[in-house]
Amino acid sequence: MTAISTEHVAPAASAGRSLWYDAWLRFRRRKLAMIMLVIVGIYVLVGIGVAMGWLAADWKESVGEAYSPPSWDTPFGTDIFGQSVFRKMIYGTKISLSVAFFASLLSIGIGVPMGAIAGYFRGYVDEVIVWLYSTLSSIPGLLLILAFAYALKGTSLFGHKLDGITAVYLALGLTSWVGLCRLIRGEVIKHKNRDYVTAANAYGASKARVIFRHVIPNVTHLILIDFSLRFVGFIHAEVILSFLGLGAKGEPSWGVMIDDARLELSRGYWWQMAAATLAIFGISLALNIVGDALRDALDPKIRE
Amino acid sequence: MFSYIVRRLLYTPLIVIGVLIVTFLLFRVVQGDVSAEYAGRSASPETVAEIRKELGFDKPLFINTEAVSEHGVLAVFDSQFFHHFKSAVTFDFGRARVSKQKVSSMLADGAIPSLTLTVPMFLGTLVTAVSISLFIALVRGSVLDTSVVVACVCGMSLPFLALIMFGQYFFAHKLQWFPIFGYEPGLAGAKYFVLPVLMGVFAGLGGDVRFYRTVMLDEINADYIRTARAKGQNTPRILYKHLLKNAMIPIISKVVLAIPFLFLGSLLTERFFGIPGLGYLMVEAIGQRDFQIINAMTFVISVLFVLGNLATDVCYALVDPRVTLN
Repeated sequence: MTAISTEHVAPAASAGRSLWYDAWLRFRRRKLAMIMLVIVGIYVLVGIGVAMGWLAADWKESVGEAYSPPSWDTPFGTDIFGQSVFRKMIYGTKISLSVAFFASLLSIGIGVPMGAIAGYFRGYVDEVIVWLYSTLSSIPGLLLILAFAYALKGTSLFGHKLDGITAVYLALGLTSWVGLCRLIRGEVIKHKNRDYVTAANAYGASKARVIFRHVIPNVTHLILIDFSLRFVGFIHAEVILSFLGLGAKGEPSWGVMIDDARLELSRGYWWQMAAATLAIFGISLALNIVGDALRDALDPKIRE
Repeated sequence: MFSYIVRRLLYTPLIVIGVLIVTFLLFRVVQGDVSAEYAGRSASPETVAEIRKELGFDKPLFINTEAVSEHGVLAVFDSQFFHHFKSAVTFDFGRARVSKQKVSSMLADGAIPSLTLTVPMFLGTLVTAVSISLFIALVRGSVLDTSVVVACVCGMSLPFLALIMFGQYFFAHKLQWFPIFGYEPGLAGAKYFVLPVLMGVFAGLGGDVRFYRTVMLDEINADYIRTARAKGQNTPRILYKHLLKNAMIPIISKVVLAIPFLFLGSLLTERFFGIPGLGYLMVEAIGQRDFQIINAMTFVISVLFVLGNLATDVCYALVDPRVTLN
């Protein structure tokens, strides 16, 4: 019996499949999720292309008469200034993705260290951090984001005046670390008493090293899952903030496009709204499905 | 259990103080003195000074050391920080920038229209989502189950703003089934609420059906269901008598936590359908750059949420002896 079981285990062990490779194999089996991952990739490439000035740099240019309906040359028609709605939609990808990216970066940058410190040290530090996130999570999400975006708009940070979109990055980032912090704190509390942490402590690793080199890499998959699902929320929040006049100014974003479309719709000019909705729907759907598949592939608790 | 409830009660004021510190930092420190903006470009320095005094920006932020020599030691508390606390505790949030009405009475006036919109929306979503998920639990793993899940994800991916605009345009403007816009108190106004409520229910279904489906699927594989089947009970009886009863715990906790949010109304829906609730007030305040309304709204809704949370936790502790602070 022993011989058989070691023989059975040995190849897997010598192949040395990491958790990440293992998860990738599981993820790859989901065809729909793979297609959606490609779609996310396309959005990211388009966003980078716009940021680099390769795509839609000429969105300001008038390509025809105002409000011309969709045609071969202008796939989503034109807006009030005769600008191509399609180009604006492409350009909006940059705004939406950069909002989601910077907000996520900020929220990971705050949430992960705070959660890890609270969970590892406990005591007073923990009490203060828990109090801080309990306070922030007592303010309904949208209200909190609105209050932050409102107060931050037009203020200066390090002598740099915050324009609409920077205020949105900050407002979303500064309010969304709470969930991540709570998650990481819980995980770190669980990991703290595991053997590998005791071993790291025993050979004299500093506390910072234990937290950031040993514990955090063991909870990275949770950060990734959280990140993929939160991204959708950020994209939708940008739409609402732009609609309320707290977002992008002077640049077309999907939120600004929907706001513009408010008055066009009753006059039968549906294309600007359709373009923005389609763009948002596409990336949200792709991210939702990729996020779910990632969770199934990476979270050992759900795995059967 | 008793010590848990006491600790929970003591923690609540700490959270309320935290909310006040957050709003203070946002509207007094980060945003800073807005009197010049409030007065307008062409205002005289006297007008600006008057507005500054009215909004309290003439006082120091934390400790008023200057006033001590004139008005005694207690005048040290004559600062923006302590006035911020005082105004919250006494529910005196000043007057609105444009309408000059008292902010506290504006909030009170907005509560009823908001609740008229959100309570039916909430109950409608809850009943529909629970019924669909109960049914889905029966046909789990089938094509129907998969297509419902796909439909849910699609629903969650639609931007709510576009949904409202399209719904309003199509059902009220084009088909003229419902009035486009408006509000009347009492039963006469019910017609204005039908479309916004339906749209809210539709928008909420995606996330909710998915959540309750998971809840139901967790329960349907439990031993007690198999026992009930083995006893030969029929399916509706299993669903309603056994499954729903056990699934009630996660459903109720979701419901209780959602209740305080009902007061806020639905920000965008109210704005589009002209319902003068708290959401409308908030959107208007952002447009008019009236920080006092936003500040008051943030505080009041958060306190409601904190109290709702407290009530849930205390009820749990009373019902379930296993609950402790950690």
